[in-house]
Amino acid sequence: MNIDGVSNGIVLDHIKAGKSMIVYDYLKLNKLDCCVAIIQNCQSPKFGRKDIVKIDELIDLDLDVLGYIDPHITVNYVKDGKLVRKKHLALPETLVNVIKCKNPRCITSTEQELPHVFKLVDPEKKTYRCEYCDVIGEVKELR
Amino acid sequence: MNDKKVRSLVSILDLSTDEINSLMNVADDIEKNPDKYREKCKGKILSTIFYEPSTRTRLSFESAMLSLGGSVISTADSKSSSAAKGESVGDTVRVISNYADIIAMRHHKEGAPVVAAMKATVPIINAGDGGHFHPTQTLADLLTIRRSKGKLSGLTIGLCGDLMFGRTVHSLIEAMLRYPDNTYILIAPNELRLPEYMREALDKAGAKWEETPSLEYAMPKLDILYMTRVQKERFFNEEDYVRLKDTYILDEEKLKTAKSDLAILHPLPRVNEISVAVDDDPRAKYFYQTLCGKQMRMALIMLLLGIE
Repeated sequence: MNIDGVSNGIVLDHIKAGKSMIVYDYLKLNKLDCCVAIIQNCQSPKFGRKDIVKIDELIDLDLDVLGYIDPHITVNYVKDGKLVRKKHLALPETLVNVIKCKNPRCITSTEQELPHVFKLVDPEKKTYRCEYCDVIGEVKELR
Repeated sequence: MNDKKVRSLVSILDLSTDEINSLMNVADDIEKNPDKYREKCKGKILSTIFYEPSTRTRLSFESAMLSLGGSVISTADSKSSSAAKGESVGDTVRVISNYADIIAMRHHKEGAPVVAAMKATVPIINAGDGGHFHPTQTLADLLTIRRSKGKLSGLTIGLCGDLMFGRTVHSLIEAMLRYPDNTYILIAPNELRLPEYMREALDKAGAKWEETPSLEYAMPKLDILYMTRVQKERFFNEEDYVRLKDTYILDEEKLKTAKSDLAILHPLPRVNEISVAVDDDPRAKYFYQTLCGKQMRMALIMLLLGIE
């Protein structure tokens, strides 16, 4: 099966097989006007199987969101048909409005305009803690 | 401390160990030479904003400021304040920053003082935020322990009662972890165990700790017994509160196996978790603790206002 290459856009590579729709939803790619291709379950020498998402436009990506949901994803920026930048992700130190604090006693539960800020406290366990109330946030696990 | 010129105290972690030790030294000096401090804050205004009922903490702050020669303005209660009209914490402290030099705030929502410290242009002191932190109570606790035991290390500390919602317990553990060789015995029913993030903090610091539901088991080992009240306002469910509220009651009988130099602390108010008969025992330090609290708040106000 062939999918056309991206000439000006972004290729999200090394997404864990079967998880591309989670990436699609988190990045709100359904809101884009451009062409978005989701390729699932293709062969990968590195992971055995993987998913790929191709976005036919150079958009501003929220790399923090992406790093949070899967730090193994590679982000490839393509311009005029050439790979101009490859970015390997890492778990972000701070997450803003990516996860919501579920603590009903947290100040964010009543003051709706406050951003939900979480700080990385344990990279190994992928633990984030609410900046305000210190409660550990729920983590979406892809790997 | 916040990364800005104005220093606030949200968590006990905002103070270095040296600063805490220095605050205790100042408090000791206040005890010896109160006259020296009578005009230290002359011309300065403390505002107390309490969104949650409190008697002793608010009065302690106000008494501390008045003893330093400063003035106090306060809201009567949250029902009559702008919060009842839906004003955000950030807006409230921005306004009060124009009226006062320092703000002591209690809020029922956890993390409210974090927001206040971000928005205020004067120092914010967290006077308790929900079940989260209560750093000035911790300063009182530390001074009481140091004055009772002469040290803050090498102690076996029993924390008893509501360890889940008990903010004073969380802050005290955070503070005591800075001092070496302390052992923690966490005495609580399963439903009110210390939260996971605090247990992780104990592990991370390499502290010795154990959990038990039995006060009788822990009693002979303890140098410090920190009693807490099971607080009705922390429960969403009345049934759970009724079931757990009388789990631990300290009385003379239970104290029979205790060390002769045990120090019994309690953040107060007490309901029935310490029998009144214990009050006259020389090991009971909980009323003395409130004096320590006032003196530490005096020292803290001076520190945050940059007054030597």
